[in-house]
Amino acid sequence: MSGKYKKVAYYPGCALEGTGHAYNRSTKELGKALGLELAELKNWNCCGAMEVKNVDPKLQTYLSARNLSIAEDMGFETVMAPCNGCYHNLKKAEYDLEHDQASREVNARLSEKAGHNTYAAGKVETIHALDWIKEAIGEEGLKVRVKNSLKGLKVANYYGCMYTRPRHIFPEKDQGPGSESTSKPHFMDDLLAAAGAENVDYPLKTACCGGAHTLSDSDTSTKLVLNLLTTAEACGADVIATECPTCHTGLEMHQVRAEKVLGRKTSVKILYFTQLLGMALGLSPRKVGVHENMSDSSDLIRAKRLA
Amino acid sequence: MAEVRTRSLDEASARLDEVVAAPDAELVAAASGLANELLALGEATLETWLIARGETPTDRTVEGFRLLALHRQGARGEPSFNACRETCRELVYHHNLVRLDPGNPETARRLRLGAMVGKHLALFIGGKLEVAGLGEFCCSSRPLRQSEAQPAETM
Repeated sequence: MSGKYKKVAYYPGCALEGTGHAYNRSTKELGKALGLELAELKNWNCCGAMEVKNVDPKLQTYLSARNLSIAEDMGFETVMAPCNGCYHNLKKAEYDLEHDQASREVNARLSEKAGHNTYAAGKVETIHALDWIKEAIGEEGLKVRVKNSLKGLKVANYYGCMYTRPRHIFPEKDQGPGSESTSKPHFMDDLLAAAGAENVDYPLKTACCGGAHTLSDSDTSTKLVLNLLTTAEACGADVIATECPTCHTGLEMHQVRAEKVLGRKTSVKILYFTQLLGMALGLSPRKVGVHENMSDSSDLIRAKRLA
Repeated sequence: MAEVRTRSLDEASARLDEVVAAPDAELVAAASGLANELLALGEATLETWLIARGETPTDRTVEGFRLLALHRQGARGEPSFNACRETCRELVYHHNLVRLDPGNPETARRLRLGAMVGKHLALFIGGKLEVAGLGEFCCSSRPLRQSEAQPAETM
């Protein structure tokens, strides 16, 4: 356990204020239960998500850099972003500002125009919620705090595509033992195993959820999600643990749609890893926002005595 | 291999569905051949993407596997294609598990999971082909918006 991440700046991002609210709630409650502090960025803005990034990548770099400059102004060296999209974009901005002169110029120009400090690479470290718990508490720290072991719960850990790609924007990953792997991520597996869960060997843990297809080609998204769900079931999983609000919402929505449109019913449950860890620490399902999920996990939670 | 190369994406998907649905005994009896076939179906899937882009699929290998070389070729100039990088590696992994130990009690399950991984690859590439005319996969609407914006600007 390290004191380094005991108090960090918190960047929830847009999704966690909408469809991913359960992730926001459970992240905050989990932090509280573990004695960790989060200070939300003041007046944060969109990270640039997919839309801005594709229209103007340098504008996306600026938007993410503005959030990093707010963290710096608030006196933080670390900002934690639980959403994979936000995490990815903040990392990308950091990389671009370090390696691309044109990005630095655009960032400086827009920052000046907007009247705030220009963020320079290397001032603030961006971490994911998984890094936060792993580093600040660690597996041993979690084990001693577990009140409701997840023993007997078979979990497929699903990381999605943005947590590890592209590799070059995550220089801290793939650094050998103890670091996260971009080809076979394991931080979520490690944390849930520490809480007693039995992780299944899920071969699609970083595969595409079809998130970007959702509006333009829903059928493709539904088929991709159905394959993720049926593969998790074939692995023997009771639940898919998620760490991205886009993936999570996609899995939930298309689980329903697969049944309606394709007549394929799947029963695997979908919960954020923060919800599972929170319940393992003795927090009620309500406290970690299980009622805010679209997917109903109440039967499983009762059966595993997590309520 | 040549036979598989002629398969369309739909045919490859249908064959993968057959493997997923096959009884254990059938899978175990043909384990090594099926492991090779799964790999070849993955290659055929990647070839579809490359041919659609007007490229000649490579016959080279990466780490001993043509599948990985095809993926590398397909991702050139198309960063979002890397979203199937680990899917390809998982396919190779499941192939290796079966080939190295075909008598393992887990063989049928491994083949079935390998087929599901192959299915994901086919779905992913099918989706990419579907939206290829619209632009980048991650936020596919860019050129669409541009073309919509064009008449308004010229009005």
